[in-house]
Parts: sequence; C-alpha cells; structure tokens
Amino acid sequence: MGMTRMLLEVKGLRGGYGPIQVLHGIDFLVEQGSVTALLGANGAGKTTTLRALCGMIRTEGEILFQGQRITGMATEEIARLGVAHVPDGRGTFMELTVEENFRLGAYTRRDGEVQADFARMWEWFPRLKQRWKQQAGTLSGGEQQMLAIARALLMRPKLLLLDEPSFGLAPLIVQEIFGIMRRIREESGVGILLVEQNANLALELADRAYLLETGSIVTSGPAAEIRQDEAIRRAYLGY
Amino acid sequence: MDGFAHQLIAGIATGGIYASVALALVMIYQATHHVNFAQGEMATLSTFIALTMIQAGLPYWVAFFATLVVSFIIGALVERILMRPVQNAPVLTHVGVFIGMLLIISNATGWVFGHTTKAFPTPFQSDGLLFGGLVSAHELGSTAVTLAVLILVYLFFAHTSLGLAMRAAAYNPRSARLVGIRVGWMLALGWGLAAAIGSVAGMMVAPAVFLDPNMMLGILLYAFAGALLGGIDNPAGAVGGGFAVGVLENLAGAYVVGTELKLTVALVIIIGVLVVRPSGLFGRVVFSRV
Repeated sequence: MGMTRMLLEVKGLRGGYGPIQVLHGIDFLVEQGSVTALLGANGAGKTTTLRALCGMIRTEGEILFQGQRITGMATEEIARLGVAHVPDGRGTFMELTVEENFRLGAYTRRDGEVQADFARMWEWFPRLKQRWKQQAGTLSGGEQQMLAIARALLMRPKLLLLDEPSFGLAPLIVQEIFGIMRRIREESGVGILLVEQNANLALELADRAYLLETGSIVTSGPAAEIRQDEAIRRAYLGY
Repeated sequence: MDGFAHQLIAGIATGGIYASVALALVMIYQATHHVNFAQGEMATLSTFIALTMIQAGLPYWVAFFATLVVSFIIGALVERILMRPVQNAPVLTHVGVFIGMLLIISNATGWVFGHTTKAFPTPFQSDGLLFGGLVSAHELGSTAVTLAVLILVYLFFAHTSLGLAMRAAAYNPRSARLVGIRVGWMLALGWGLAAAIGSVAGMMVAPAVFLDPNMMLGILLYAFAGALLGGIDNPAGAVGGGFAVGVLENLAGAYVVGTELKLTVALVIIIGVLVVRPSGLFGRVVFSRV
C-alpha cells in the first residue's frame, strides 16, 4: 500500500454543524483510479464526511489531496483542484437547461476538449441528449442523477465524491447508474469515493470499504472481504 | 389623437428608465433575495459623477462610459465592503443596511454636490419635436440607449459563460461552488452591473426631470412597481413591467388622475400586485420533481 500513490489521505477528520460534533476523528484513504465505499446507517456521518472534504462545513484534521493540504480551503478552490462532488439532493441547477448544466460542469476548463467530453457524456447518458434543451427540474429522478454525475465528470476531476446515487430511485434505474459507474471507473481513471446506504450494491462496485458508525470508523478492508464477513454484515450492514 | 400618441411614446421613454432600474433591482434580488432600496440613490450619485466630469470639460460620451466604469466599481465595492459581512444575517439586518445606505448616499451626495436642482445635458440635441411633434430627440435617444443596454445585458446573461455562471451562483450558490464558480466574485460582479445599469437610467432621466439628490426616489418606486408587476424573480418580466408602468403612469397622469397623483399609480400597482398576484404577471414557475 505504501507504494501506491494516494489520491486522498484523511487523518483525524473532525467536523460538524454549529456546536454539534458529527465526525469524531476519522481516517481513510482513496487510491488513484479506485472506488472506495463509505458505508453506514442513516446519521452515521457519511454525508457530513463528504461535506467536510469539500470545505462546506467547519472542519479540523488533515485532508491531503494529492499530497496538498486542503483543510479549511474554500469549496470552489477545492473544486478547481479536481474534486467533483455530487451532493445529497444532487445539486442540479433546476431552473437551467440540461445544456446549461453541462456548460456549468465544464465552467473552469480552458482546454479545447469540452465538446469531445459532451459527446462522451451523450454516449454514456443518451437520455440527457434527448432532454438537451429541457429545464433540468422537469427531468425524472434517474435522469437528474445522471445529469449530476455527467456535470461532475465534465469537470475532469481526479476525485469524484458521490453521495447516495441510488437514493430514491427505482431498482432498474439504480442498476443502470451503477453500470455506468463501472464504465466510468474503467474508462476515465478517476478515483471515486462512494457513500451509500445500499451496502450490497456499493460493495459490488468498490475496491475498498470503510464502515462508519456515529462519526467513527469501526472497520475497514477490501470490499470483497467485507462482503463475505457474516459478522460485519449482520452487525453493521443489516442484511 | 396626436396627444394620445405623444403620451404613449413619452410613456415608453420613461418606461425604459423604469425598466432599467427594475432590472437592476431584480438582478440583486435574484442573487440575494433582498430588494436594494438604495439602488436609486446609487444611480443619483453616478449621475452627479457624470455631471462633474462633463463640467470638467470631458465630451458627453467619454463621461458617459467613464461613469459606467466608476459606477460598476462603486457597486462592486458596496458588495465587498458592506454586503459581504452581513450576507448570512437575517432579513432585518439587510433592510437596515439598505436604508442606511440610502440615507448616507443621499445626504453625502447633497453635501458634496449641493442640494440645489441642476440641469443635466442630453447628447440628443435638436430643436423642437421630431416626427410631426410626436417625440422629442431626447425621448427617442434615451429610449434607444436604454433598449441597447437591456439587449446587451440579455445577451451577456444568455450567451456568455460568465453570465451563465452568475445565474448559477444566484439560483444555487452551493452547487455553483461545487463546480468551481467563485460565488463571492459573482455577487460583486452582479452589484457592479446593477449599479452600471442604474447609472445609465440616471443619466438618461436627468435631462427630463433635472438632477438633485432625491431625483431617483420616485423613479425607484415606479421601477419597483414594474419589477413586481412583471415578477420580481424574472428579469425579462421586470423589464416588461417597467415599460408597462411607464405607459400606464403617463396615460393615467394625462387622462385619469392628473400629474399630481401620478405617483399613486405606482403605489396602487404595488399593492394590487401583492394582493392579487404576488408572483407578478410573468413570475417564474419552477418545475421540480423529486
């Protein structure tokens, strides 16, 4: 492990809202080009962890992104370093069209390959191309999730943070989205930190997983091992 | 009949002024969800700055564009220095800041430039009326200028990526930050643009109503009525509302209530809209599915 380049290193991360402490010093790693799952029940601190990484809440501890300390940096500057966050509620610009949401994803880019990336997103998400001029608020939940992922990928991030991409979606749509995420991992080389309540689904996709309980990490390991471990599954994942 | 046509055209000309100020109000409202009561005073200040430059000997159009730039900078500084520290404060704090700004700018303007009413030049000089007495050169010219400004602002927001980023920052600041948009700067830019648009309105209306520190007080009321009529969250609606109020005000003043009660028209519109249709005639309807 020491030899692989770490994309994200988190040490002793604390954070919360106002006087309420939610994260009590958590440590985890995300490797370049891999999928790391952060699992846990409702209220364990998964969403808070992602918000802390992006500087959206008060945060203490070490967050190293590609070796650079980003704790306390402004959200927009963290995004500009290459961290794309699909937040809970998806963060779609509801009043704007699908096209405008795409253009906003690529807003900080100055390279000439934005159009090529649009074409790639149309290939991955053909439904978004059909809805191109439509107001994003009129899309179905699944389409909005696809739009959120496409918008994040258009930033050409090095690290993609996904907050419950399966939330509130029909099983078939969830399958479709996780299928696309497999492709993203193979074709784009982006590192993914995936927060999910649907542990089974997340462990299928992930290389490594961390289990979060009331703001602390209780166990971690290769996703395949955690899937097989009856005791962990019963105690923490509830299936 | 000629009289009616003249009133109509004069209404469109003042409507352009109201539309510009209404647009400035809506731009700030969209980004902050507050109405900047000091928008008119900021425009008056800009107009005094323009007059100072013209009196110093600068050609009109040089002074005009220099005033746009100076107003833009003042607007952006107001956001950075005054609004930024209170951005997460409750509504009443904002109201307090706006009223404070209104009084300070108004009094400072009077103190520096004097309280007496001054004439302000128009770049559209001609003797008498054009088109058989229908319209004055200044009415025609100022309408053209305000229309040009409105069209430029529309093109900027609809077709440039900076304009798109400003809209995104106004609609959804949290998501805008997540795609790397520097929301704080977008707000400052919005304030700057609003101040520049307001300064055009000030310079275009001053030759008709004369310049004094309270020049924009009534105009702000009409503009607010226009913004509410069109929909306070819809820039295009607010512009349309501004023109409509201009025409209504002129016709009502000429044929119904008389010039002394014209301002009542604005108040009636404000109250009427708030009671009957708070979102305005063209208020934005956002579809949202979860």
